[in-house]
Amino acid sequence: MFTNIPLLSLIIWVPVIGGMVCMFAGDDRKATRARCIALFTAFINLMLCIPLYMQFDTTTSNMQFVENIDWIAKFGVHYQLGVDGISVLMVILSTITTFLVVIASWRPIKKNVAQYMAAFLIMQGMMVGVFEALDAILFYVFWEGMLIPMYLCIGMWGGSRRTYASIKFFLYTFLGSALMLIALLYLRTKTEDFNLLSFYAVKLTMTEQIYIFIAFLLAFSVKIPMWPVHTWLPDAHTEAPAGGSVVLAALMLKMGIYGILRFSMPITPDASQYLAGFMIVLSLIAIVYIAIVAIGQTDMKRLIAYSSVAHMGFTTLACFVIYKIIAKTGDLHDAYLTLEGGMVQMLSHAFSTGAMFLGVGVLYERLHSREINAFGGVAHKMPLFAAFFMLFALANVGLPGTSGFVGEFLIILGSFKASYVITLFAASTLVLSATYTLWLYKRVFFGPVTTKGVEAMHDLEMPEYTVLAILAFLVIFIGVYPNALLQVFHASIGHLLELSTTSKL
Amino acid sequence: MELLKTLSLLVVIAPLVGAAGAGLFCRQVSKQFAHRLTIALMGFSLILSLYVACLVIGQDQSYEGVLYLWGQSGKLTLNVGFLIDNLTACMMVTVTFVSFLVHIYSIGYMAEDGGYQRFFSYISLFTFFMLMLVTANNFLQLFFGWEGVGLASYLLIGFWFNRESANQGSFKAFLVNRVGDFGFVVGIAGVLGYFGSLDYIPVFAAIPGVAEANTLIPGTSWSVISFIGFFLFVGAMAKSAQMPLHVWLPESMEGPTPISALIHAATMVTAGVFMVARLSPLYQYTPSMQSFILIIGATGALFTGLIAIVQNDIKRVVAYSTLSQLGYMMAAAGVSAYAASIFHLMTHAAFKALLFLGAGSVILAMHHDQDLRHMGGLRKQMPITYFTFLIGTLALCAIPPFSGFFSKDAIIEAVHSSQIGGASYAYVCVVLGSFVTAFYSFRALFLAFHGEGRMSHEAKHHVKESPWVVWLPLVLLAIPSVIQGYMMVGPMLFSEPSYLGNSITVLTQNNVLMRMGEEFRGGFHMILESFGNFPLWFAILGAFSAWIAYVKKPELPPLCVKRFKWLYTILIHKYGFDDFNDWFFVRGGQRTAKLMYQGDARIIDDFFVNGAGRLITWCSATARRLQTGYIYHYAFVMLLGLMALLVWLMFR
Repeated sequence: MFTNIPLLSLIIWVPVIGGMVCMFAGDDRKATRARCIALFTAFINLMLCIPLYMQFDTTTSNMQFVENIDWIAKFGVHYQLGVDGISVLMVILSTITTFLVVIASWRPIKKNVAQYMAAFLIMQGMMVGVFEALDAILFYVFWEGMLIPMYLCIGMWGGSRRTYASIKFFLYTFLGSALMLIALLYLRTKTEDFNLLSFYAVKLTMTEQIYIFIAFLLAFSVKIPMWPVHTWLPDAHTEAPAGGSVVLAALMLKMGIYGILRFSMPITPDASQYLAGFMIVLSLIAIVYIAIVAIGQTDMKRLIAYSSVAHMGFTTLACFVIYKIIAKTGDLHDAYLTLEGGMVQMLSHAFSTGAMFLGVGVLYERLHSREINAFGGVAHKMPLFAAFFMLFALANVGLPGTSGFVGEFLIILGSFKASYVITLFAASTLVLSATYTLWLYKRVFFGPVTTKGVEAMHDLEMPEYTVLAILAFLVIFIGVYPNALLQVFHASIGHLLELSTTSKL
Repeated sequence: MELLKTLSLLVVIAPLVGAAGAGLFCRQVSKQFAHRLTIALMGFSLILSLYVACLVIGQDQSYEGVLYLWGQSGKLTLNVGFLIDNLTACMMVTVTFVSFLVHIYSIGYMAEDGGYQRFFSYISLFTFFMLMLVTANNFLQLFFGWEGVGLASYLLIGFWFNRESANQGSFKAFLVNRVGDFGFVVGIAGVLGYFGSLDYIPVFAAIPGVAEANTLIPGTSWSVISFIGFFLFVGAMAKSAQMPLHVWLPESMEGPTPISALIHAATMVTAGVFMVARLSPLYQYTPSMQSFILIIGATGALFTGLIAIVQNDIKRVVAYSTLSQLGYMMAAAGVSAYAASIFHLMTHAAFKALLFLGAGSVILAMHHDQDLRHMGGLRKQMPITYFTFLIGTLALCAIPPFSGFFSKDAIIEAVHSSQIGGASYAYVCVVLGSFVTAFYSFRALFLAFHGEGRMSHEAKHHVKESPWVVWLPLVLLAIPSVIQGYMMVGPMLFSEPSYLGNSITVLTQNNVLMRMGEEFRGGFHMILESFGNFPLWFAILGAFSAWIAYVKKPELPPLCVKRFKWLYTILIHKYGFDDFNDWFFVRGGQRTAKLMYQGDARIIDDFFVNGAGRLITWCSATARRLQTGYIYHYAFVMLLGLMALLVWLMFR
């Protein structure tokens, strides 16, 4: 019954239009109206994902729900959308996240509510566009388009150093993507149009590939972020409002790794293989070094931001370790494990880290501080919240039975085929992540109640409870039955592996 | 077959249901409901696991199969499934039995506590994870249970999260266990890397082939099996508190006493021993790891026991004794006497739980004062506790005919007759260990129950026997502590097929128990023989020395402390492990983290990132000066340019 409906376009444009409507809902005296419009839009959007998921065919790696309209015919630019197993989950993840963020921002945001909600809805549309676009220029438009609402979000509703953080965020990510555009234009000279699938088929020399790879890498590694171009993230996270941090961690960082999966690996397979060792080293530095840095943090959000960088290190490791595995065993099947682990890590990181940021938002709203030392003994005053936060902390630690375990476990296990040295470094996360996460938990939640501020804290309210409960369910569900995710992208990962290991020389 | 699967599933799920019921609705349900629900489900679980044991051990059935597909990736399938064989059945009964009694005991012990429902939820949750661990048929699920019990332990040590010491202890326990899990994960990765599967059966079948064909680095003689075995054993070292990863166990005593009995004595800490026995097909092919396990175990058996002598907290004495006994179990596993090791695990579960719960009963009577120096003479006011505690102590000291005698004597004998590297050193350790064991156990017994009461006058009047919910589990645990050893020694260790059936693998050249079995002529004969051997006399000597030092001549111990100051200092500092960890890992780690953060913030962020910004600002500020806005400046520059151009044209 949905066959003739342009489902993918709807998921992009419904929130954008909803955001426009929301923006004109009026000033803060009519804040409730804006909130309701936003919630309604987000909900409709979430509902649109149901047919998307139901009708998605997991047995094929082809692009599905394809839409193709001429856009700028003269240059071969098309409005072309489609999803495969890798992107369909990212689309669904985006809509879930936005829905949760709208609920979570219900009370904390009191200033310019309509604009805030609008920013998030428009951002949502742009991000879904990134995951759905099959045309490189369209991709680039969405990619840059989403920077604006995020920039405004940090700059307007952020903390005390918001101006610095938002400009840093904008310049950093924008500079990175400028080279990507050049690389895309260069690829266009070799093909008829900007279609991604025709980019996959282009033959390229090694030199070309390396230049293109580096251009892509600059764009994507900033977004992920990889060491050493990660320093915008702690600032952006710290200054952004809770909702902004959630979108940043859950979705924006994923765009970078999605870019590597969609562009770098299949378009420049030989360069990827050539530089795999370098990328693995950078990933391991993120996993080990950044995790140690996280231990030394005194600001809760900054700590979680660093932990986020460390966790994202696993996804890049997963992408590039496949080349070492195949070089060693020669069997494509051995590489599935890490790459699929990387996919799960992408999704699960969204839930656990997103939930942690929401949790810090809950604390911030009550005490207006992010300093760990300002808290202590919160578990006495907020037992329900403490239980939720414990669950999310454990997911962050990667305890089996939670979502955080699955991805890291598969990557650590799979990497052994490449070299046990990689496994040893990667597995150090078990100790390091436990150290920073549970130490944070201990200082904030345990012990006697330390200050009057904590004494006055009240437990979760209805919207907060709803959001955290949904996230808790997802965290446990993925941990107990990850096959629900794995089977969706199995075919697409197989196709991707084939593309990214077939030489283009 | 299907019956066994259904039964096992119910055994495992029942505690989870209890935990969810008491935990998720902890504020809606009453205290009574919480303990009734969890105890009823635990009882259900206990009865069914007894039934499972009857089917498995009595009728020689077994089950291996998949519950559901956890994940699939490439050619690899990861399942959640059960392997129900003799070893599993023994563990299931042990776990559910002790857990059931601890649940009952907790009604009395935790009666006054605000977190009553939460407590019952946690211990049921723990039981669920422990059962998942022992029923696993693959490494993934083993790891799930492994980390799960660690979580439950963390939550329960930190149960009284108001206390800083409890939070410190729980954090430390989790971290040290995580160090072990780090090794465990690497080990599992190795298993997958070389065997291509995580299920026990195919992995075990492939071990002999892999052991022959592969070395870790081509050209060297580093065996792959040793590599895998070592890293898996690191996990066992943390979980079963073997030196040097034992440091968390004494501090775990900050948790409520019932969980010390359940988790930190009877069940969780024996998970490492269970794992080594379960993976016996693997460890059989790596002689170097066998020696390593033996030496680590035997060293722990003696040296942690020595620390117990200088402890004054009654729970810590029992905790160090647990460390020492775990050392015995590991040593047995090292010499391939897995059956003896599991046998000791089972007898130890009963008598050590008894000792902990007895200590808990004393602590209750003393109003949560745990210091032995404040006790004394309690035997008159607390006869049941005293009597059961005495039984536990006798069993611990391996005095015949109590249960500990049979299992421990078998271990010592097995170490004695083993030929592997380090066996003679280990033999010295375990024999001296029996003296030490008896000394510290009887020291605690005498200090607590004999002599004059050293508590305040007021406290003395309040001391009374604990309520029945507390002493009933003591009595129920005392029964196996007396008879279990005598009844089980034959079928467990020496008969063919034994209680463990073929769930463990021992190569013929390593099979010390089989050689011992040729001389075995029944439990009674074993008692008679023991009078002709060292260990028993060492134990009796230990008990006797304790009697002299703490009953007959109480002025002696302070003299010894003065005389052997250096030894006392070493023991009271626990050989410096804690100091070293504190200095190196805690403070050193924090300093490293701060330093690295400074590097991140100053070098990468400030110098490069913001530096780039500053550079551009500086460039543009400099360039701006060129734009003065005066026409004659611009005209002058134009003139200069024109002249330069002319010069170039003339001389080119």
